[in-house]
Amino acid sequence: MLRLKNINTSYGKVHALKNVSLHLEQGEIVTLIGANGAGKTTILNTISGVTPASSGDILFNKQPVQSLPPDRIVKLGISQVPEGRQVFKPLSVEDNLQMGAYLRYRSREARADIHKDMENVFALFPRLEERRSQLAGTMSGGEQQMLAIGRALMAKPKLLLLDEPSMGLAPLVVQEIFRVLDQLRRDNGTTILLVEQNAKAALKLADRGYVLETGKVILEGAAAELMENAEVKRAYLGKDKKEIWER
Amino acid sequence: MQFDQLLQYAVSGLSTGAIYALIGIGFSIIYNATGIINFAQGEFVMLGGLFTLTFLDLLKLPVWAAVPCAVAASTLAGLVFERLAIRPLRQPTPINLVIITIGGSILIRGLAMLFWGKDTHSIPSFSGDDPIAIGGATILPQHLWILGITMVIVAANRFYFYHTISGKAMRACSYNPRAAGLVGIDVRRMVLFSFVISSAMGAVAGIIVAPLTMTAYDVGIMLGLKGFCAAIIGGMSSGIATVVGGLILGVLESLGAGLVSSGYKDAIAFIILLLLLFLRPQGLFGKRESERV
Repeated sequence: MLRLKNINTSYGKVHALKNVSLHLEQGEIVTLIGANGAGKTTILNTISGVTPASSGDILFNKQPVQSLPPDRIVKLGISQVPEGRQVFKPLSVEDNLQMGAYLRYRSREARADIHKDMENVFALFPRLEERRSQLAGTMSGGEQQMLAIGRALMAKPKLLLLDEPSMGLAPLVVQEIFRVLDQLRRDNGTTILLVEQNAKAALKLADRGYVLETGKVILEGAAAELMENAEVKRAYLGKDKKEIWER
Repeated sequence: MQFDQLLQYAVSGLSTGAIYALIGIGFSIIYNATGIINFAQGEFVMLGGLFTLTFLDLLKLPVWAAVPCAVAASTLAGLVFERLAIRPLRQPTPINLVIITIGGSILIRGLAMLFWGKDTHSIPSFSGDDPIAIGGATILPQHLWILGITMVIVAANRFYFYHTISGKAMRACSYNPRAAGLVGIDVRRMVLFSFVISSAMGAVAGIIVAPLTMTAYDVGIMLGLKGFCAAIIGGMSSGIATVVGGLILGVLESLGAGLVSSGYKDAIAFIILLLLLFLRPQGLFGKRESERV
């Protein structure tokens, strides 16, 4: 479904991604793990067209997408839930969700479905429905994260990119969000690329994973295998780290 | 000092204030969408008035046709300005943008001088010049046009930004351009559109005020600065706060000119501007930002 071939991305003089290649198949959940600055966020932003690759190819359903601007990428069916949620704080919950469906307001048939999709998002996250007319900026971090995911879903993505959805959230909220991701894949067949600091939770949910270090893929494999890998255990699943899912 | 006289100053102050408000909202819309203070805003006010003159005199159009044509022509100029001067900028640092918009305004003013000359021109009022008496004051029909058109535009603006998808998308771009791109909003198109809206509003302001104050190639400087002042009072809001800012400014100016000396008319606006920038840079009604993260 999505294939990155020898992607290089730089910010000014910083060479953030070095020959990164990876792929996702339809209906898979794939996770990217790695330390801060390993290039996980950059991969998502390169796919989304926010920080275009300087070389390499990105194919989405066999179609090259590496030089398209962010709005065209969304139109093709790739939505990103950005790091730090980035909801439109002075807009209401409902308006934020409408913005998620922005491109679909252009076509008459799609427009009719938008209302129904909003109800679906409310079914996934009932708390958003309670707060539909509240301004997004006044909600808790967990609620904002739910809204950010809901907003991305309003575009009806075939591929959902998530950047650190558990960052700074209470364990119960994290559980709820991971439950929804699992449900999305099961019910809608949404393909998911998940970037996480919480490697254990991510590997538990994912089918496969890639381990990044300083802009390079150093390890890849089935999630279960990675979980048993000594190197991954040492670096990312260290016992002194209190993992949310163990509580 | 008689009440009638005060009323008279207040009434004429309100109509000039409405003009400042329209220009100020133009500043705010571009500022909110892009972070740019468009110092060329005043030139679109000037273009509105002078294009109307051309359509009336040269093409012999009636007023009801000349005005929309002039708005369209000025809007087109705003669109071209964004495409040629703002968008190509590789590194849009604030100082670059300030210099570019000031340069753009000098260029537009220069072209206008070549095309329309240095003379001051007058435009006929929309519906005659017979004064209407209210209380002890008299107002001109054009004053009513100004207040009415301003109210309609402010209401339309409010509707657009709060109740249409496109308007909400423009607000989304101003709050978080990166996230706006990630939901599929074409941010560059929204920037272009913000220039279109504010040059149209500037042009309308220039057209409706021209019958009262005359117009010339250089009216944009002063009107632009006054509009900027209104926007600062309103805390760069594109809504009611800037309208109130414009009205306060217009009335104070008019009272100052009437009660003290008309020589201080412009000074009053700039003293207010400086005081606000020193004491309340967030605007008269603004709160300091506090949000949950």
